Amino acid sequence: MAEIAPAGANLETEVMTINIGPHHPATHGVLRLVVDLEGEIVRDLKPVIGYVHTGIEKSCEDKSYWKVIPFVERMDYVSYFFQMEAFCGAVERLVGLEIPPRAKYLRTIFLELNRIHSHLVWLGTTALDLGAISMLWYCFRERDKILDLFEMATGQRMHTRYFQVGGVIEDIPLGFEAKLREFIADMPVRVGQYQDLLDRNEVFLSRTKGTGIVPRERLLELGVTGPLLRAAGEPWDLRKAFDYLAYPEMDFKVPVGTVGDNYDRYRVRVAEMVESVRIVEQALDGLPEGPFIADDRKYVLPPRSELSTSMESLIHHFKLVTEGYRVEAGEVYYAIESPRGELGCYLLADGSAKPARVHIRDASFVNLQAFKDMSVGTYVADMICSLGMLDPILGGVDR
Amino acid sequence: MPDAPGLELIRGEIEQDHPGAVLDTSFDRDQPALVVDPAQIVAVLSWLRDAPGQGYTFLSSLHAADYLPAEPRFGVHYELLNRDRVERLRVKAMLADPGQGQTPQPRVLSHGEGGLVASPGQTPPPHPPPAEGKELLPEIDSCVELFPTAEFQEREVFDFFGIVFTGHPDLRRILLPDDYVGWPQRRDFPVGGEPVTFTYNERNYG
Repeated sequence: MAEIAPAGANLETEVMTINIGPHHPATHGVLRLVVDLEGEIVRDLKPVIGYVHTGIEKSCEDKSYWKVIPFVERMDYVSYFFQMEAFCGAVERLVGLEIPPRAKYLRTIFLELNRIHSHLVWLGTTALDLGAISMLWYCFRERDKILDLFEMATGQRMHTRYFQVGGVIEDIPLGFEAKLREFIADMPVRVGQYQDLLDRNEVFLSRTKGTGIVPRERLLELGVTGPLLRAAGEPWDLRKAFDYLAYPEMDFKVPVGTVGDNYDRYRVRVAEMVESVRIVEQALDGLPEGPFIADDRKYVLPPRSELSTSMESLIHHFKLVTEGYRVEAGEVYYAIESPRGELGCYLLADGSAKPARVHIRDASFVNLQAFKDMSVGTYVADMICSLGMLDPILGGVDR
Repeated sequence: MPDAPGLELIRGEIEQDHPGAVLDTSFDRDQPALVVDPAQIVAVLSWLRDAPGQGYTFLSSLHAADYLPAEPRFGVHYELLNRDRVERLRVKAMLADPGQGQTPQPRVLSHGEGGLVASPGQTPPPHPPPAEGKELLPEIDSCVELFPTAEFQEREVFDFFGIVFTGHPDLRRILLPDDYVGWPQRRDFPVGGEPVTFTYNERNYG
């Protein structure tokens, strides 16, 4: 029989290794954490990933360029429009295809709606981890409105395959604009309500303020981008830094934090939602008339109506849906600002109709390296909070 | 982005400090790239990071590609970023495959006499594996010391291409299981052909 420790013995000297996950609601996906605990304090932490690795990058090498789009969408399943933009934009840069202005604006609208959607999923689930259960219902109510908009324009609520190489597959339908304007008017009010619920909530404040701080220099060394970096006071946003889509014409602010704790991370993302609404509104106001997809028949499907009248269109259509288009050998790296940071697509073409390498630089994968710095030396409860604020999507981490 | 003449200037400056380090430059699709001698990769990366006037302090992405049938075959890419000037620069290190043809073949399912059985690759490898049973892998120096962000990404490259980063603190497979055999992102590794270990198959065809 084991000896029972006498009362008052120092129980904190033993370091215990605990396994959290892979199936744990607080890990936001299939993430396993091997944690060394001394009492309640985290002494070491190793994330173990790969549980939802599906070999998407390898599968993409076996598909013609236009068939890769639905594959890459399924990597980071919360920000599917961003994956599509990273891939389609990389192909467009590879073949030198300019997309029409209307397509740029439409893409911008859907990307920013997707950013709000992604932040809503993050806010709902993270607040749920911290005990604010009602937040989940409120956030998912607004998220559903965004999904309704996606469904109206694209036919699908998730994984829409809406962006095509050269533009978007269809113009927005009648009635979409009115519905979107309703959402634009509604959303800032809702964000204000979220802030009212959380900003003076004692439990939420005491769990987020001052926890999970990593210095800005260390974040940069670790390659962390996106809201995590901005919360530490670094105003780095690829939408401002690089010229892509309609962002140069948009007037928006880049919210930054001061301390870099979990509370700043929350504030930055919530402020970003409001800025995204502003971008959507400006893009909708300034939506140019004209074609929504490029007119290059070597890369873009001809309109359905032409197929019954034009032999040439029929041939193009046949070529595009069977072999696809061949891309001259070359390589590009194209990066955009996803809700989690820099989302890059590296594409290598070998002259055939299939890509020789598709690599997605996923922001969650890189950001996850900062998790150890965020958590070591803090309480287990703060570690859970930091993980929520890190917002990793394991589908994107594992690909 | 540094433009094409700017790229040549960078090349000239590196040549002064590290003669013979830059093998080639390319300026394709408005994206500048330096092809660097793999033996001097860390020296070039630290020069680009620390030399005055360069300031490529942020490593956006580290990934690899298999250029088969080109020789040398593997390319390790470092996407560097200067955040002050908003310039990207790609550094490439090309690595030959020391174990040509000795890549272990993945297990494929074939319909043998006892139903589904796992057998080694359907075609025998062109060269017999080396006698020691040790696989020869391409090697390059790790840049984790310079850019801590490379830790996961070098592990990923090792996992999928079998490129060994010497000096990496913890070089293990990251996304695939530890007992996985083969380097699946290489171009000579077929898509599919993976046996699926359903309990039904295990029980009946074990």
